[in-house]
Amino acid sequence: MDFEWGLFVESLPALAKGAVTTAYLALGAAFFGLAIGLVGGLMRVARNATLRAVSLFYVTVMRGVPLLVTLLFIYYGLPSAGILLEAKTVAILALALTNGAYVTEIVRGGIESIDRGQMRAARSLGMSTALAMRRIVLPQALRRVLPPITNEAITLLKNTSLVSVIAIPDLLRAGTDIMTWQANTFSPFAGVALMYLCLTLPLVALNGHLERRFRIR
Amino acid sequence: MSEPTIRVRNLHKSYGETAILRGVDLDVAQGEVVCVIGPSGSGKSTLLACIDGLEPFEHGEIVVCGDHVGLGPERGGARQRLPEAHMNKVRRKIGIVFQQFNLFPHMTALGNIVEAPIHVLGIARAEAEARGRALLADVGLASKADSYPGELSGGQQQRVAIARSLAMRPAAMLFDEVTSALDPELVGEVLGVMRKLAAAGMTMVVVTHEMAFAREVADRIVFMDEGRVVEVAPPAEFFAAPKSPRAAVFLARILSGGRDA
Repeated sequence: MDFEWGLFVESLPALAKGAVTTAYLALGAAFFGLAIGLVGGLMRVARNATLRAVSLFYVTVMRGVPLLVTLLFIYYGLPSAGILLEAKTVAILALALTNGAYVTEIVRGGIESIDRGQMRAARSLGMSTALAMRRIVLPQALRRVLPPITNEAITLLKNTSLVSVIAIPDLLRAGTDIMTWQANTFSPFAGVALMYLCLTLPLVALNGHLERRFRIR
Repeated sequence: MSEPTIRVRNLHKSYGETAILRGVDLDVAQGEVVCVIGPSGSGKSTLLACIDGLEPFEHGEIVVCGDHVGLGPERGGARQRLPEAHMNKVRRKIGIVFQQFNLFPHMTALGNIVEAPIHVLGIARAEAEARGRALLADVGLASKADSYPGELSGGQQQRVAIARSLAMRPAAMLFDEVTSALDPELVGEVLGVMRKLAAAGMTMVVVTHEMAFAREVADRIVFMDEGRVVEVAPPAEFFAAPKSPRAAVFLARILSGGRDA
């Protein structure tokens, strides 16, 4: 084992810089992923068959293709079709599209888990389907899916480590750089692992906070 | 004779191959209380759902307060499905209370009651809440305004559900076996609220297995079996001497102790 305390401490500032990039990518992708998932989930339960089909197609494709392949396809493949995007944009796009597919299915499951009587009662009071969905069904469904959404957010955060393949100086990349320069593998990677772990902690805390805040008595 | 508040003509409804309603006719006058009784599967609940526009039906006509429900007036021998926007407006005029309460669990009792008045009718929150509190007091739950459904007993939840429907100032109220999911000791408080409502002149259609309540409160009893109205009679007459053999069998079974399954 080649752990050196000094090297570990020394590498922390560089790793922290990478962690900021990782957090930035994760937050951006999570935001768009949630937005996609919410819209996608609603489309999955829509009365309109076309909307349902489009959403199902999206989910099937994005869940079926590995994120690494999606990343490389957008980064290296799309330019040949004339679409050239900045590396960070590619990263957020690929992560959000993948995350959005999983969130879509989670949101759909949440909506379908709400008793049909809720929609019926809301409709009987004269609410339109859209209003009943917004005021009655979705608020209950979203409370229910908070834990699996948090899971997805943590997965997303860790999946950002794949973006080092398209030359983004993220947390993992910062670790490999240090490894190369210092010819020491253990110390920087201990730091990398620790930082990823620390980045997930706010998500865990946020989940707990939201669950308490929106608990149904 | 004035137009009935609810008019049902030759109503047919099926789920796939199974016919649930096979030509139901029913008139409910303003202020009238009609109790619908009959064996399980006779189509009573489906009838209520159709009247409230919650279930589509294939044939027939339902008119509530002059507005068609589900299918429009006949034109050239055919009826058109009415648009959702129209149905949303019609549903406001009819209150329905369900066996399973269906209160919104993420809202307080008061929140449940003011939800539709605020978001559907556009009434100011303060006004809606004042009226909501008055309704809660009417059903004997003035102190429960800030309780969540999960904190209330079944009987209390059902009374909130009644208040929630009343908040829309409906022209008629439909009750779909509203005491069937309650513990026996909680049935009385819900029936009490319904009795008060009937006495206040509310037009009501009550699907129930509570024969004592039907006998006491109903202006007319409608007996349904296999998707048809078999007999309509004043309660005294119906319970003393049902004309149809099927009603006689049903009553004998129910009054001999066990409820129908």
